[in-house]
Amino acid sequence: MQEFPILPERASTIAGEVDALFWGLVAFSVIAASAVIGIVLYLAIKYRAGSAADRSGRVEGNFKMELAWIATAVVLGIAVFTAGAKVYFDTVYAPADALHVYVVGKQWMWKIEHPEGPREINELHVPVGRPVRLTITSQDVIHSFYVPEFRIKMDAVPGRYTQAWFQATQPGVYHLFCAEYCGTEHSRMIGRVVAMTPADYEAWLESQKAGAVVASAATAGGTMASRGEQLFVGLGCASCHVQGPQARGPSLVGLMGTEVTLADGSTVVADEAYIRESILNPAAKIVAGWTPVMPSFQGLVSEEDIFQLIQYIQSLSRPGGASQ
Amino acid sequence: MNRIATAASEEPSYLGGEHSIKSWLLTKDHKRIAVLYLISVTLFFIVGGIAALLVRLELLTPAGDLLTADGYNRAFTVHGIVMIFFFLIPGIPAVLGNFLIPLMIGARDLAFPRINLLSWYLYIVGGLIAVVTILLGGVDTGWTFYTPYSSVYANGAVVLTGLAAFVAGFSSILTGLNFIVTIHKMRAPGMTWFRLPLFVWAHYATSLIQMLATPVVALAILLVVIERAFGFGIFDPAVGGDPVLFQHLFWFYSHPAVYIMLLPGMGVMSELMAAFSRRRVFGYHIIAFSSLAIAALGFLVWGHHMFVSSQSPYAGLVFSILTMMVAAPSAIKVFNWTATLHKAEVRFDAPMLYALGFLGLFLIGGLTGVMLGTLGLDVHVHDTYFVVAHFHYVMVGAVVMAFLGGLHFWWPKMFGRMYPQLPARISAVLIFIGFNATFFPQFVVGYLGMPRRYWEYVPEFQIYHVMSTMGSFVLGVGYLLPLIYLLWSLRYGEKASENPWDAVGVEWLTPSPPTSHNFHETPTVVWEAYEHEMFPGSEVASGRPAAVPSHSRLAEAD
Ligand code: HEC
Ligand SMILES: [Cu+2]
Ligand SMILES: [Cu+2]
Repeated sequence: MQEFPILPERASTIAGEVDALFWGLVAFSVIAASAVIGIVLYLAIKYRAGSAADRSGRVEGNFKMELAWIATAVVLGIAVFTAGAKVYFDTVYAPADALHVYVVGKQWMWKIEHPEGPREINELHVPVGRPVRLTITSQDVIHSFYVPEFRIKMDAVPGRYTQAWFQATQPGVYHLFCAEYCGTEHSRMIGRVVAMTPADYEAWLESQKAGAVVASAATAGGTMASRGEQLFVGLGCASCHVQGPQARGPSLVGLMGTEVTLADGSTVVADEAYIRESILNPAAKIVAGWTPVMPSFQGLVSEEDIFQLIQYIQSLSRPGGASQ
Repeated sequence: MNRIATAASEEPSYLGGEHSIKSWLLTKDHKRIAVLYLISVTLFFIVGGIAALLVRLELLTPAGDLLTADGYNRAFTVHGIVMIFFFLIPGIPAVLGNFLIPLMIGARDLAFPRINLLSWYLYIVGGLIAVVTILLGGVDTGWTFYTPYSSVYANGAVVLTGLAAFVAGFSSILTGLNFIVTIHKMRAPGMTWFRLPLFVWAHYATSLIQMLATPVVALAILLVVIERAFGFGIFDPAVGGDPVLFQHLFWFYSHPAVYIMLLPGMGVMSELMAAFSRRRVFGYHIIAFSSLAIAALGFLVWGHHMFVSSQSPYAGLVFSILTMMVAAPSAIKVFNWTATLHKAEVRFDAPMLYALGFLGLFLIGGLTGVMLGTLGLDVHVHDTYFVVAHFHYVMVGAVVMAFLGGLHFWWPKMFGRMYPQLPARISAVLIFIGFNATFFPQFVVGYLGMPRRYWEYVPEFQIYHVMSTMGSFVLGVGYLLPLIYLLWSLRYGEKASENPWDAVGVEWLTPSPPTSHNFHETPTVVWEAYEHEMFPGSEVASGRPAAVPSHSRLAEAD
């Protein structure tokens, strides 16, 4: 109990902006509160019953003054809103070159998977100086991925994908908390984020890959995409989604990020959530020109499996990606 | 002596007359029902307080040592549910509102006395169900019941607890309905809308929220129960539901519910500021309309609880700016209360100290509310102790200050006795100090990143929890003191006169305590709200010196 921290460390690019907003509002609040308290005490004492203060010309209301006061409050409110919205939008959309990390929350742990291959539990290793984008979901109840030193937080919602991003600025070890109450061991659903220099990070990646191959030869090793490919074959997706005349489903090559025309004529962008829905609930959106023969894989694939399939389908869009 | 008082002295007071338990349990007198509510909300406050004590003791150390994890989760759930649904929401309206609204507008009772009694019974049934669930081992959903945790995963008696809140909700709806009809239909001659005490305006706005918002939470809870009991896919995505839909429904009620708690407190504030400044409230109309504005805008900001819930960032923008707008009518109230002190004759009796305490705590609660409504900042502090501190400042600090301030102000009217001023003042000061000592450290530990609802926590947060727990002892003493001297006063307190504070309002024309039918003859209102000069019960009416009895004007009037 010797520790007496006042502020959380500032370890991401956004942390400074959030703190500036915070201190700005603290300053404003202190000034506003002191002014009101000061005036209240001054008036209450000056006009205490029995004091000799002059009470002639008492005002019962002054509409103009009150309007001015409302206007001031509204203008200040808009100013605060604008400042807050600006910082917020800096946290919403990740830069295009961000590293990608997949996060699955479950009672009561964080499961993290890197496209390069490594998988971690309650730990997240990242390099400093590079934006990192998180795609987050949950396999049971709602959790919330929170790193106070980065000033970021995003709920992990079952059935949905949420996004968050950050760029660590300082190598170090930071808190990872679950911020949304999720049951008995909510307060133990914690872990750490290890931010490393790029060189250390590369070394860590290599050591992980080596370790994983040793641990269990075929299934654990490789990248997320290669694990996804194995699933794609193992689950029988490949029997329909092939190129050529024997295809019973559309080719998935180059699908990611494109616009898909549906049977009802509407279009939808093929993003991660769309792929997920196609796997779990294929009947929800039928691709134009195809008989809806795809079965639902609900209950047959885990959230991690779906992430791996997504990575695999994404890899098909890259030049030199796996062929079908 | 004026005619009302003379006539009254022949009739027994509402406390006198029939004494049997049955006569109390079947009473249709709004004043007796208010007393029933006062006793019951106090009991629930003690239940919720014991749960709070367990929570604070557990948090003294970072390890989970006093309670088990589930024990802790159940303790904070009991604390939240009991304090919100069974103490704060009924608190001011069902006790002070119930007692005072008819007296303030010159009516003999509420419009529907039987429904008023039904409200109390619904409240008690809901409360008993809650107590039974506690005895059965409680529930661990938190008062927010978030799905799919509550509807699928939670352990404990979720269905029963939902039922408790559901039934209590109907009590709240019926009270609101009763107040609205009463205020519309039962005002005495001369009591125009703009002569209504601001307390009544505040309750009018509150009642609108109670009637419009409570059914939505009742529905949301019902859906949770249906999903839990029958497995329908409403909120659970595994069977096609939408977990975030629950949050929309829940906050559509629970943000306005903050104003169900706060607006009546603001109404009390306006009364206290006027009475202890002995002048008319500054800017009466704006204060009245700001209550309605808060009620209306309060319905449009629920999404500020959901900035990181997967809600669209653009929806977040709209909810954030509307949240800033809802701060304006609160700010204008603070401004007008302050201006009321200008050229006033301020007296520092105990109720006024509570009012000043309200102002201090509400300022901190309100300003930190603006911080939370600020998108970029809320992402960091959402679901941390910063939020816990903020809403305790508003809903507990400010509202309980107002409740106690109002209780001290109208106690002589309610029970015909004065209480000793010194302990009352001491307790106001203790509560103010204890409250800040308890909750201010939580802002700091929240910004440091301590999430709420943590049974165990990382050691560097401990110092703030120790401060908070120590502060809560002071706060506890502050809250217990009034229980002692107010009860003492019932027997030993000096007898109260009709208008011991020299305040303005129809209620101060009735004897203390009032008779069963409040008014022997319906009073006629000839004065503007808080206007001492025209008020027949005032010592300074028409500039007469205080010593001259000045009750003739009412006689002229009727
Ligand atoms: C029985 C054949 C069949 C199997 C097996 C099958 N699919 Fe499909 N899939 C289809 C058909 C047909 C469509 C187009 C109609 C529709 O949208 O339902 C489709 C559509 C899709 C789409 C949307 C494609 C687009 O162009 O928008 C995705 C993504 C997809 N499948 C992925 C998978 C994955 C992953 C698996 C294995 C887990 C799988 N499918 C298994 C037949 C199949
Ligand atoms: Cu969690
Ligand atoms: Cu709110």
